[in-house]
Amino acid sequence: MARVAPYLRIAALALLLAFLLQPQRFAPLFAPLTQYGAPAIYDQGNLLELTLAHLGTVLLAAAASTIVAVALGIGVTRQSGAEFLPLSRTLVNVGQTFPPVAVLALAVPLVGFGEKPTLIALFAYGLLPIFENTIVGLKSCPSALLEAASGMGLSNWQRLRSVELPLAMPMILEGVRLSLVINVGTATIGSTVAAKGLGEVIIAGLLSNNTAFILQGGLVTGLMAILLYDAMAVLERRHFGALRVD
Amino acid sequence: MISIENLSKQYGTARVVDDVSMTIDPHTITVIVGTSGSGKSTLLRMINRLVEPTSGRVLIDGADTAGEPAHLLRRRIGYAIQSHGLFPHRTVAENIATVPELLRWERARIRGRVEELLTVFQLDPATYADKFPHQLSGGQQQRVGVARALAAEPNVLLMDEPFGALDPIIRGKAQEDLLDIHRRYGTTVILVTHDMDEAFRLGDRIAVMSAGKVLQYDRPAVLLTQPADPFVARMTGSADRALKLLSLTNVSEAAKPGTAPGPPIPESASLRDALSELMWRGTESAGIIDASGQPAGCVTIEAILAHGRAH
Amino acid sequence: MNVSRRTKFDRLGALLALFALIALVFMPFVVAKANRIVPGTSLGLLAAVPLSTAIGVIAAVLVAACIAVILASPGLRLASATLAVVIVSLAVAAAGSALTPLGNKVVRIAPGSGFWLLLCSLGLMATDAITRLRPGPLLRVVLLLAFVGIALAAFAHGTFDHLSVMREYAVNATRFSHEIAQHLWLALGSLGTAVVVALPLGVLCHRVPRLRGAVLGTLNLIQTIPAIALFGILMAPLAALATAYPLAAALGIRGIGTAPAIIALFLYSLLPVVANTVLGLRRVSPAAVEAARGMGMTPAQILKSIELPLALPVILTGIRIVLVQNIGLVAIAALIGAGGLGTFIFQGIGQTAIDLVLLGAVPTVTLAFSAAVLLDALIEAMDRTRP
Repeated sequence: MARVAPYLRIAALALLLAFLLQPQRFAPLFAPLTQYGAPAIYDQGNLLELTLAHLGTVLLAAAASTIVAVALGIGVTRQSGAEFLPLSRTLVNVGQTFPPVAVLALAVPLVGFGEKPTLIALFAYGLLPIFENTIVGLKSCPSALLEAASGMGLSNWQRLRSVELPLAMPMILEGVRLSLVINVGTATIGSTVAAKGLGEVIIAGLLSNNTAFILQGGLVTGLMAILLYDAMAVLERRHFGALRVD
Repeated sequence: MISIENLSKQYGTARVVDDVSMTIDPHTITVIVGTSGSGKSTLLRMINRLVEPTSGRVLIDGADTAGEPAHLLRRRIGYAIQSHGLFPHRTVAENIATVPELLRWERARIRGRVEELLTVFQLDPATYADKFPHQLSGGQQQRVGVARALAAEPNVLLMDEPFGALDPIIRGKAQEDLLDIHRRYGTTVILVTHDMDEAFRLGDRIAVMSAGKVLQYDRPAVLLTQPADPFVARMTGSADRALKLLSLTNVSEAAKPGTAPGPPIPESASLRDALSELMWRGTESAGIIDASGQPAGCVTIEAILAHGRAH
Repeated sequence: MNVSRRTKFDRLGALLALFALIALVFMPFVVAKANRIVPGTSLGLLAAVPLSTAIGVIAAVLVAACIAVILASPGLRLASATLAVVIVSLAVAAAGSALTPLGNKVVRIAPGSGFWLLLCSLGLMATDAITRLRPGPLLRVVLLLAFVGIALAAFAHGTFDHLSVMREYAVNATRFSHEIAQHLWLALGSLGTAVVVALPLGVLCHRVPRLRGAVLGTLNLIQTIPAIALFGILMAPLAALATAYPLAAALGIRGIGTAPAIIALFLYSLLPVVANTVLGLRRVSPAAVEAARGMGMTPAQILKSIELPLALPVILTGIRIVLVQNIGLVAIAALIGAGGLGTFIFQGIGQTAIDLVLLGAVPTVTLAFSAAVLLDALIEAMDRTRP
């Protein structure tokens, strides 16, 4: 399976790009799923644009939540931040029980419709896995290593940068990966609050009873999620493979 | 009596156990010794059919073990392993009661047997019966493992490196306890180990295995004095083989009529212990007394040395 | 711990106290609207409630804030924060009745941002105190039931009736109980059916390693399909089924509504349970299984008495993950007419009525959180192997 994987990866990417760039060519595939001569390919907007908008929202939220979550995670695992740690852990546990749709719904009255509530919901929801994994990753650094580093004369900041963070990186990246994949799916709900994205395609399909639309939106989102998941896995392995403790 | 007839086990092209035949007398302790990869564990596990033989058969008291469902056979044979495999979610008492419950004994009988075994293994029932395995020390866990294997009063007890995980101080005690149990219950014990000293300490007969074959199967003294194979000689014969031989012999075998000054040596002591005692005292001879305290001759260093000489 | 010796005051407590005080002084306590449609006026604490109530609130918050900053005893912090929460909640209820002219059912009084921030800060103080107390499973359940019970009692008693949320509830009362029941039935029903299938599937994957990759891979693939897409994909075949077989339609299987929702939820529930079953079984001590075999247990007996009991904590964790996930997914299923609390959420979004959104979102979050706490407590209480 491992040897087939790179080819599958490239094939999936090629298929996705082909569909987004030349959707009409796939019309015959989707035509049997429509009724009463409805359009087989989503025509109320440019599929490529929607995909990019979707991806953009997800990546922007992911970047923001990574920075904040890692910073908070570092802060909370320092000596000076120790009193914030127990509550942080509880909040992480509690926060993961919040359904994403509730977070989204509560953000709308605060900031209105469109991209903003979606970004806020994705940001808030994406924080948790990254935050949790940053804490676990930093905490699992063997104390013998930390002592050795300090003993060599590294300052706390240098120790963080050259020892703790690199060792915690696999776990942090794992959290980012998880957060990305969940957010790709959650962002589809953003279309219910008028955010631009692939959710639009699905909802249009739901409203007009057009299974072809629903499938297109769903498949593109699913492929995007799988490719992102995979890309992150490759990144992790290539840069940090030696550090993984499986 | 256990009869192993032309037992073999083959995995692909590798013959892990190669045409082994041996007879094990009832109420004895047989130790199977070998380095890792010699097939000793596989041989043991073919007796209770945890591994099914490729060819050959095992007869227990004349009946072929392949003649009944494997799980029923195993309920009649005790099985103790190195990592003891105690069930973490059950108490000590529940662990020991496992096979009796499978055999549907009455509650009272199970309870009595659990208490009896805990007492015999020096674990006070009132304190230990309701404890969980993770609350016990390594030595205690090992004892519970053996107790569990003996719970249903099996005639045969199979042990796979049972003392391997214990530190040396406790290991000696555990070996003594096994000898005690054996004397008390008369169970036929087949024990696998890689430790030659342990084999000499415990075994009535020892089987030396290498690369799937049994090179020699005999009493310990014979292995020492007449090794059938250079490998056997290497395994048994080390710098202190004479002393090993002396430790196998009782002091009464070198006794001569007569008396000697100084405190007497008990009849149950080995020649090795007697030699050590005489050297310590700096004397040439000492008297022997039997179990009731009556004089039973005397022993000299010369007589002892004669016994230790290569035959 | 050497940290708390040097710093005489608690920095987390200080931060939360600061937020609480900012909320109290500078931010609106309530927002009053003459009716549902017009924009509202923000009112601070003193303008919203009678003076005595205001003094009570200020006192309670100040006490809680001081204790949070200075004292370290978790019990005291919990008590003062909880008391403050109760007093603040009662105050906002009082604001509701104070600002509503007698007999007027049109006026809408909603808690303002100041109230929410105050509630959050005090709530975090209480949560922090609870965390430091390290309660055991039983105590956690008791705390949860006490909190939810008291809140429900207050709502039932009519304490908060003058607030806009409860006005919306009053309008939708029967529908609300129907939707919450529907929500629970969908979440638990799909979980139940999934467990019945996923548990044996997990055992099978554990026994036959070759299946593991294929099964888990397929289930993983299903998980990446966004919820509304899966709901949508199931709608067409189910609609076709309903038209082709009138019996199916009579049973309630239609293209929209419960049927596609339950099937989709069932599919989403499979992965965590199967994955955790495999993981839990893998972690069972091989020595224990070997010993059980050697003692003469049949494979079925070993599964029943040794492997499954020892794997249970991990399996139950998977079930907990699914239950929380499903409660959230059912909220989305409202989009395809499956009912549940999501109807209020999406109606609220459509009408820009935050009160409807709250009516749907708050119970959903409470359900999810309670499920997590209850199951976690169960898992911890059941684990006999914990040292």
